[in-house]
Amino acid sequence: MLPILLGKATRLSRVVTRAGKEYVGVLYLHGEVGDEELRRALEMFTGPIYQRPPVKAAVARDLRVRRVCELELLEREGRYVLLRAVVEAGTYIRRLFYDIGEVLGVGGSMRELRRVRSGPMHERDSVTLQELEEASRAWLEGDEGPLRRVIRPIEEVLNYVPRIVVKDTAVAAIAHGDAVKVPGVAAVSEGLRRGRLALAVTLKGEIIALVRPLMESSEILEADRGIAAELERVVMPRDLYPPTWRGRKSL
Amino acid sequence: MICPPGEPGPGRLLVKEEAEPGPYGYRPRERPIDMYLYYGAINLDKPSGPTSHEVTKWVRTILGFPGRVGHCGTLEAG
Repeated sequence: MLPILLGKATRLSRVVTRAGKEYVGVLYLHGEVGDEELRRALEMFTGPIYQRPPVKAAVARDLRVRRVCELELLEREGRYVLLRAVVEAGTYIRRLFYDIGEVLGVGGSMRELRRVRSGPMHERDSVTLQELEEASRAWLEGDEGPLRRVIRPIEEVLNYVPRIVVKDTAVAAIAHGDAVKVPGVAAVSEGLRRGRLALAVTLKGEIIALVRPLMESSEILEADRGIAAELERVVMPRDLYPPTWRGRKSL
Repeated sequence: MICPPGEPGPGRLLVKEEAEPGPYGYRPRERPIDMYLYYGAINLDKPSGPTSHEVTKWVRTILGFPGRVGHCGTLEAG
């Protein structure tokens, strides 16, 4: 499955790309390995692991740490091992499988790989190109219902990201590139953390911008002034909410 | 669960000041269809043959979408 973003939503691709991934893949072992031995090796590769990107990689080949959250043995038939892996973004699965083979002493390689989840998007909810085409055709014929089912608002997809809810009077300033200021805040997610990406949203739930909080949620609740979050990327068009500065306080 | 486990998730929403939404903007599900597409995300069941880049172009053609279309990530990074 492949997450695809349209229009303004493409400005949030970084958030989706950074989310964890879940794969199901086949590890082929190049020699005989006992069940218990295999289980122990899998345990070893759960948690933080070191990886060096492959020679062909588009990134610098420095040794880096990636977290493997789950590594589950689903099925085994001799040398063929079906594994499910939940990993941090940027983990090389082919490399992971190869390294498991190395630790087992027999060598191993990846034979098949399927991504079943990319952050908040799961394979079971995915739509085919054909479904997309049918929905698009229905739209041309006047029924936009199917299109609204196969395409979801980016806000729903990113519902796991902490947010700062902004009053209507403060929306336009942020859409024009201003930071999120404390007096403009109506509510904050409990999980907001200083320096970790969050979303500034309207009272209706529309994303205004990707932001980086400068305060924890409790600080924002208690403060009277100051900057709650700095801007990372504006998403909303400038003219959706009216500006309230230059004496136009009529909102 | 959103991996990595260090991600705290949003948690509860803590209200600082009660406020009612005014007449501007739209709830995401209630946007007019053209604007709805501009904030759209597709969880695509990608056919295994063509590249992510090709598939992205097809989506653009299928929808007749004039704006940007981007995909997030390949099966194996790099």
